[in-house]
Amino acid sequence: MENLHFEYEVAGNNFSQAGMASDAVKSTLKKMGIASEDIRRVAIAMYEGEINMVIHGGGGVAVIDIFFDHIEIKLIDHGKGIENIELAMTPGYSTAEDEIRALGFGAGMGLPNMKKYADVLEIESEVGVGTTVYIRVDFH
Amino acid sequence: MKLSKLIDALKATKVNVVDKDFEVTKGYCGDFLSFVMGKAPSGCAWFTVMTNINVCAVATLAEVGVIVVCEGAKSTPELVDKAKAQDVNLIETKYDIFEAVKRYIAAEA
Ligand SMILES: Nc1ncnc2c1ncn2[C@@H]1O[C@H](COP(=O)(O)OP(=O)(O)O)[C@@H](O)[C@H]1O
Ligand SMILES: [Mg+2]
Repeated sequence: MENLHFEYEVAGNNFSQAGMASDAVKSTLKKMGIASEDIRRVAIAMYEGEINMVIHGGGGVAVIDIFFDHIEIKLIDHGKGIENIELAMTPGYSTAEDEIRALGFGAGMGLPNMKKYADVLEIESEVGVGTTVYIRVDFH
Repeated sequence: MKLSKLIDALKATKVNVVDKDFEVTKGYCGDFLSFVMGKAPSGCAWFTVMTNINVCAVATLAEVGVIVVCEGAKSTPELVDKAKAQDVNLIETKYDIFEAVKRYIAAEA
């Protein structure tokens, strides 16, 4: 079977639009008949990554490839980058501003959630250049 | 318990009730969206004071059964529209989260 390929623009700092790419991927998986537990893991991992692009990355693009037994999600931004990835992965660590936290974001649990729900999570980042997050979720 | 029973117990306003016979079996309290996505059980009643549009997105992702906006907080129009568009149960109660949960437990017993 050919894989399905999608690309979505994610606007930076736009919180009413945030999550549209994850939503679209979720509906596609639903139509394909993927198990709801798998969809939940994909959707949450991708939403957390999408939100990070919106909040911290100034927006970017989401590149999606869906195979019969797994999905690959690449989230690419050209924002400020992450100085210390290990520190960023620490549960509770967040650099989000108060106004972001007032929206319910910025708990510092986004990357830990992505790690929890993804089968593979890889982060490449360079300060001042940008961040690429690779998420793979296997369908069970 | 059925959602309709929870609505009575909380003297709640039905902002968007898709299925009043929905069976609520669990609960989750919290306002940080990532905690909800990491921990809220599927089909739960989610007690929160957050009212922005992202609440609905997270409820859908985490498969929350009903959003319970507490403390007399009012859902933003964007949240209401999104809940209607996505068929998400959304109710509001004047009680604070502690009181709302006490009433939930009492109604369940
Ligand atoms: N795409 C990104 N670009 C720049 N910094 C990021 C990005 N993603 C995450 N970070 C950094 O990692 C921290 C932790 O991320 P996360 O666990 O999602 O928590 P939160 O988003 O709640 O702050 C963020 O506060 C931010 O400093
Ligand atoms: Mg985050």
